[in-house]
Amino acid sequence: MGRYVLRRLLQLIPVFFGTTFLIYCLVWAVPGDPFASKCGERGCPDSYVQLMTEKYHLDQSVFVQYYHYMLNLLHGDFGETYGGVQISSLISEAYPNTVKLAIVALIIEGVIGLTAGVLSGLRRNGFLDNLVLVSTLFLIALPIFVTGFVLQWLLGVQWGIVSPTVSSDVPFNELILPGFVLGSLSMAYIARLARTSIAENRRGDYVRTAIAKGLPMRRVVGIHLLRNSLIPVVTYLGTDLGALMGGAIITEGIFGINGIGRQVYQAIVTKEGATVVGIVVILVMVYLLMNLVVDILYAVLDPRIRYG
Amino acid sequence: MSNLTVSEPESQAQGQPTGRLLEVEDLRVEFRTQDGVAKVINGVTYHVNAGETLAVLGESGSGKSVTAQSIMGILDTPPGFVTGGQIRFHGDDMLKMDAEERRKIRGHGIAMVFQDALSALNPVYRIGFQIGEQFRIRQGMSRKDAKQRSIEMLDQVKIPHARQRINDYPHQFSGGMRQRVMIAMSLALDPEVLIADEPTTALVVTVQAQIMDLLAELQRERQMGMILITHDLGVVADVADRIAVMYAGRIVEEANVYDLYAQPAHPYTVGLLNSIPRLDEKGQELRTIKGLPPSLLKIPSGCPFHPRCPRAQQICVDEVPALRQVGPHRASACHFAEEVMAGG
Amino acid sequence: MGDPTVSSMVTAAPGGASTIAGIEEPVSSGAAAPERRDKPRGLWGDAWRDLRRKPLFWISATIILLLLAMAAFPGLFTSVDPTHGDLSRSREGPSADAWFGYDVQGQDVFARIIYGTRASIVVSILATVGTALIGGAIGVLGGFRGGWADALLSRIADIFFGLPFLLGAIVILFTFNTPGSNKSTLNIELLVVTALVVLSWPLSMRIMRSSVLSAKHADYVLAARALGAGSGRIIFRHLIPNCLAPLLVYSTILIGSFIGAEATLAYLGVGLRSPVISWGIMIADSQEYIRVSPQLLLFPASFVVIAVLSFVTLGEAVREALDPKLR
Repeated sequence: MGRYVLRRLLQLIPVFFGTTFLIYCLVWAVPGDPFASKCGERGCPDSYVQLMTEKYHLDQSVFVQYYHYMLNLLHGDFGETYGGVQISSLISEAYPNTVKLAIVALIIEGVIGLTAGVLSGLRRNGFLDNLVLVSTLFLIALPIFVTGFVLQWLLGVQWGIVSPTVSSDVPFNELILPGFVLGSLSMAYIARLARTSIAENRRGDYVRTAIAKGLPMRRVVGIHLLRNSLIPVVTYLGTDLGALMGGAIITEGIFGINGIGRQVYQAIVTKEGATVVGIVVILVMVYLLMNLVVDILYAVLDPRIRYG
Repeated sequence: MSNLTVSEPESQAQGQPTGRLLEVEDLRVEFRTQDGVAKVINGVTYHVNAGETLAVLGESGSGKSVTAQSIMGILDTPPGFVTGGQIRFHGDDMLKMDAEERRKIRGHGIAMVFQDALSALNPVYRIGFQIGEQFRIRQGMSRKDAKQRSIEMLDQVKIPHARQRINDYPHQFSGGMRQRVMIAMSLALDPEVLIADEPTTALVVTVQAQIMDLLAELQRERQMGMILITHDLGVVADVADRIAVMYAGRIVEEANVYDLYAQPAHPYTVGLLNSIPRLDEKGQELRTIKGLPPSLLKIPSGCPFHPRCPRAQQICVDEVPALRQVGPHRASACHFAEEVMAGG
Repeated sequence: MGDPTVSSMVTAAPGGASTIAGIEEPVSSGAAAPERRDKPRGLWGDAWRDLRRKPLFWISATIILLLLAMAAFPGLFTSVDPTHGDLSRSREGPSADAWFGYDVQGQDVFARIIYGTRASIVVSILATVGTALIGGAIGVLGGFRGGWADALLSRIADIFFGLPFLLGAIVILFTFNTPGSNKSTLNIELLVVTALVVLSWPLSMRIMRSSVLSAKHADYVLAARALGAGSGRIIFRHLIPNCLAPLLVYSTILIGSFIGAEATLAYLGVGLRSPVISWGIMIADSQEYIRVSPQLLLFPASFVVIAVLSFVTLGEAVREALDPKLR
């Protein structure tokens, strides 16, 4: 088991550098003037350009730039925005909000998705099953910003049940609606995944054995069936958490949450290259680590992998 | 149109349940599918008593496993439906019982061992947990006691180092060991009848012999009734007391082991026995039964075996032969059983 | 063998192997031969037969054909010029002349939706084809070759996989297609397609690779090799036809999700934009007016939903038809 983890960690490293380098190139190495929109219509003063070029090694090859950049990163120095704001502080202000939102979304999508999926998987072709099938299909088909938009307008503005935007201290209860919107696609997917998994496993030989042993149905389903069926669902939830922590650009935008998604979007639009790269580095690292955690989780849940 | 029961004359005299342990009478089962209704079991009758082994012999598609599943009550209910007959345990018809009563019989009165232990055991739980479940849930034992009893069960099925292996997962055992685990699990509640559905088919021949010996020994010790479902004539010869041969959802011959092998009374049995390759016939062509088993959606009229039978005549196409007595303690469903027995 | 499933019971006859030694193949003209049996069909034939029966398949297929017709021949559905704007009719509601009313610039919404079908669908289909081809090819290569080639290709896929979709798309599109730069319709569309393909090929690759990995060890591949087949023949004649199913299902669903993605990117301002007409653009433009003229959002959004639903439903129907476990 330990060797497995080590091997995965080693695989992780080149991927980490590969992805961050890719983004770095996209942001900095594309032909074009990085200062184009910085200083208004007149263009930037030469001294400024000189300063920036030296600071960020813009006159040297992209590999050198990248190297210096990563070196700084390891010291915790994410650099500054063009306006002089410490990027690391931007990140540390915004990231906790994203994490909060991610957790709320995960809980909502997990609870609703699982319940719907398990119930409909157990009773195929009933009314509930068809309801779940249709509603999940619908949720999958709606682009997230439409869902967000409509719900925000309906619940926030039209009916006034919730506040349409989230206040700056980001309390958990206000995150329920955004969490729901953010998790809507995954919720649908989880319900379907659980449903299929349960329906498949139900025909499994070990379920038949459990019944033949004379165990009560409650136990056959609750202990034997669920434990096996939910393995793919749990691992999916794990990967989804990684994706959720990658920032919900749209949801944060619609509901006015100051999270990492919003920050990175602003940075892209204002061509704050250093911010973009800095945030992406964090996101990629979190994503890769979450993948590793999920792989470990999978081994924990399924002993065939552990002792295979 | 029912098949007669066979064997002891006492049963016919009284016409009453005779205290047989497990009795299947005129069972009929259908599978309703998109392609039509498949008549999988068409009037099967057999029984088993304490301390004896009944072997149910047949090819895939003959209905032998479905009968066993109906007895246990684990038939997939759509698409399978029991449409007639009785299954009596200690004289009570289980088909008329409610679900909870039937459930109590499982494991405790009648237990089942399946063919593929790897898929029949739950892969994510330790075997100690799976065996112990029977003690904990059905007998209310404590965890500690259940664990102790489980180790004892593993000892009984001759698994070495039981105390350590109790904590292993199914996939950590070899095929033969896994089958022993399954046997241990099924015998945990000391059932009166054990149904073994092709228990050795997935195993290597040498291991097959070990498992069959184990089953025979356990049966003797506990005086269990055993129904052994198989397609393998070799396995049957050693272990069975009586044999029921099934074809297309019917019993076509029933006899005790010696009589069946010495003097088969049905052309299908003759074909099966003849098809066993023999060392002293080396160099000659293998003998076969022409044709294939029928599709259960469209069973041939009359005797279902007639398309493949070398003796088939018009009556075989027109009339379904009843399972009738053709000797003391034996029966055959063939219009020409006597001729077959005479070796024609 | 396990428990006898219905299919094993019911199809015991044609080609079913008996476990008792030496049962012969059926003689074609037996004495009392049973009725004529269906020809054995194979996976795709069986799947088609199943598919034909499902009403959902026909419904979604019809809708998709309709959409394709709208994309190819918009003139059949409307005679109005979608770019002609009459400001005096700005934001008018539905009427007999204009079934969906007019947008902010006085353009006929219905006409715009019809003409917008082309961009939305073409971009999605092109992107899906690209993803399937590239991802599929790399997946076959990696899966078949194994060893260091496979490890390298998988790591490269991981690198692209690590890029969050939306983020990556925004960066790519923004870098190459900054707002304000005037690019042609074709250019913009191609760029969006490229961005979508670049971000989606890893998943396609993984799906194909895993099919190939399991098929590689199958007996029919061994048999082909023993008969002297070279790698190329094995790949094209044997592996690919048998590994296509999961990729096909995924691709069908992918078209649907790309339609949604295009809409999302347009909403963010980095996707297709004028002079292209697309549903996403229409939804994006309707944002500010949602309170007063919600129909400007609803009509294009409904079309997006219907289109995505049709493709996803089709994909699900195909998946169920191809899934041997559900037989």
